[in-house]
Amino acid sequence: MTDDVEVPVAETAYQRAQRSDDFQDLRRRFRRFVFPMTAIFLVWYAVYVLLADYAHDFMSQRVSGNITVGLLFGLGQFVSTFAITMIYARWANRRFDPEAERLRDVIEGETR
Amino acid sequence: MSAATGAVMAAESSDIGNPAVNISIFAAFVAVTLIVVLRASRQNKSAADYYAGGRNFTGPQNGTAIAGDYLSAASFLGICGAIAVNGYDGFLYSIGFLVAWLVALLLVAELLRNTGRFTMADVLSFRLKQRPVRMAAALATLCVVFFYLLAQMAGAGGLVALLLGIDTSGGQSLVVAVVGVLMIVYVLVGGMKGTTWVQIIKAMLLIAGAAVMTAWVLAKFGFSISDLFQGAIDKAGEGGEALIEPGLAYGATSMSKLNFLSLALALVLGTAGLPHVLMRFYTVPNAKEARRSVVWAIWLIGIFYLFTLVLGYGAAALVGPDEIKAAPGGVNSAAPLLAYALGGEILLGFISAVAFATILAVVAGLTITAAASFAHDIYANVIKKGEVAPDGEVRVARITVVVIGILAIVGGIFAQGQNVAFLVALAFAVAASANLPTILYSLFWKRFNTSGALWSIYGGLVSCIGLIAVSPVVSGKVDPATGESLSMIKNVDVDFHLISLENPGLISIPLAFVLGIVGTYLSKEKAHPELFAEMEVRSLTGAGAEKATEH
Repeated sequence: MTDDVEVPVAETAYQRAQRSDDFQDLRRRFRRFVFPMTAIFLVWYAVYVLLADYAHDFMSQRVSGNITVGLLFGLGQFVSTFAITMIYARWANRRFDPEAERLRDVIEGETR
Repeated sequence: MSAATGAVMAAESSDIGNPAVNISIFAAFVAVTLIVVLRASRQNKSAADYYAGGRNFTGPQNGTAIAGDYLSAASFLGICGAIAVNGYDGFLYSIGFLVAWLVALLLVAELLRNTGRFTMADVLSFRLKQRPVRMAAALATLCVVFFYLLAQMAGAGGLVALLLGIDTSGGQSLVVAVVGVLMIVYVLVGGMKGTTWVQIIKAMLLIAGAAVMTAWVLAKFGFSISDLFQGAIDKAGEGGEALIEPGLAYGATSMSKLNFLSLALALVLGTAGLPHVLMRFYTVPNAKEARRSVVWAIWLIGIFYLFTLVLGYGAAALVGPDEIKAAPGGVNSAAPLLAYALGGEILLGFISAVAFATILAVVAGLTITAAASFAHDIYANVIKKGEVAPDGEVRVARITVVVIGILAIVGGIFAQGQNVAFLVALAFAVAASANLPTILYSLFWKRFNTSGALWSIYGGLVSCIGLIAVSPVVSGKVDPATGESLSMIKNVDVDFHLISLENPGLISIPLAFVLGIVGTYLSKEKAHPELFAEMEVRSLTGAGAEKATEH
């Protein structure tokens, strides 16, 4: 907000919705899931990239035959990406959508 | 192209594959997809139909189309080649390109679907000043699309030498022109709906083809990855062990290690800023379907990249890095050469037709994005200030399609012989620098304002392209062994490179994020709490989101 003295404007329906406990709860729920998850996969990706870039000896160790530690780390990125995708989709379908849809119906009723 | 390389190509291309087989399989693909496009075009009435396919695609359909858009020629040919020649370091491309989808899934896809209509700029201009922000976002979109288009068209020209046995520069230009004209027809007639169906068909062909080749390669090595690697190591001869260890491409110096970091950053943050990917989220009826599309896309793309790991090492083992590098088309020819080694001219014909279909489909997807961005953002909202008849906007979009098609043909002819992977990596770096920071800020940061958006978009765009221009990629990179230039400018006397970093992402992406913050705090622009409230409520709940059109 700026310092200008403003004539108080009537609150819009969206602002009322935004202020409501239900919406604040939904927003908190979303951010509490999505932000830590983003941090986790970005850090895990950074670990992989830095190891591949600066820890050649470690990544070149053979685990069995020609399978190296580096290959397992690389495939681990695939596994974690698939896992996070499924965990998120499951969470969103079960825990997020029903509440978001309920709020949407309320809000669309008010803003119409 | 010099006479010497032309002669080499003539010698090489005459003994691989059968151009008649390649051309007839490709012609069959074109015929089938044209019929599909014509059928799809019957329902194109409104702007929502033309730009967003009426928002009637299901999640799985759109997810397959996203995979079709994303698995471009550079992905398929480039990654196979990078793994075949550089081994483990080539694997980074697959991982970065895949992990990047989590950014789109968690932070962007659904919120974007809930708040926008057709383009990325719709979301940015939701609570910021319409005209300057739309202009900036549209320019960034056009830049990304342009580099991506050049890469695809250059790839088309280069492949022709190997696949169709056309080895003259004029013949390749003709093929680039044919690809361009076909693409114009698809997009002009079919709009987003037709383009989406082309992507779906192409994605299924590409993934099926790669699956067959992967099974074939694995069968040759007793379904043992370790034995496959051993095959690649043996074929490479002395020092072949390096293929399965990191550092072959980027391990030489501390500078090349920084290049690896920079590339890794651009790859993981680029995807969620690619305008042609973002636009696909508008082709589904709601945010839930947008989520389903990304889930489908992640599975298809991830599985495909696992195939490319096998195909890359398979090409190294069965064809050999030296033969791949010497072939016309260079590293990009690893996958076609592997197809030929496995299944002779029929499999080569199928894979090369799929590669062409890939280029055609991706170019169509890029073109409709650029046309939407120009017609919807620049023409309708900046020039006409939103006062334009609904069919007027689509008419401008169609004209734009023709103009972009012609530009792509001309650019593609000039870009022949350029490094395809470099152009795509540049497009990712521009997308990650100019687009992603503003998208994230405008969705999640209440204080963000117009000034911050402009600083971030233009700062990211200019720094990214500027850094490329003064990098060794454009001038001054000389192969110490041969004395030949490895840069875009082939004259070794021209050298204006100032920095040694080849991918600008490491500097330009953090810079664009910081500029967004600086620009925001430097402006005295009044905040619009009521618009932020509307945007936040809509983005999370889907209230008031654009609905699918009824037919």
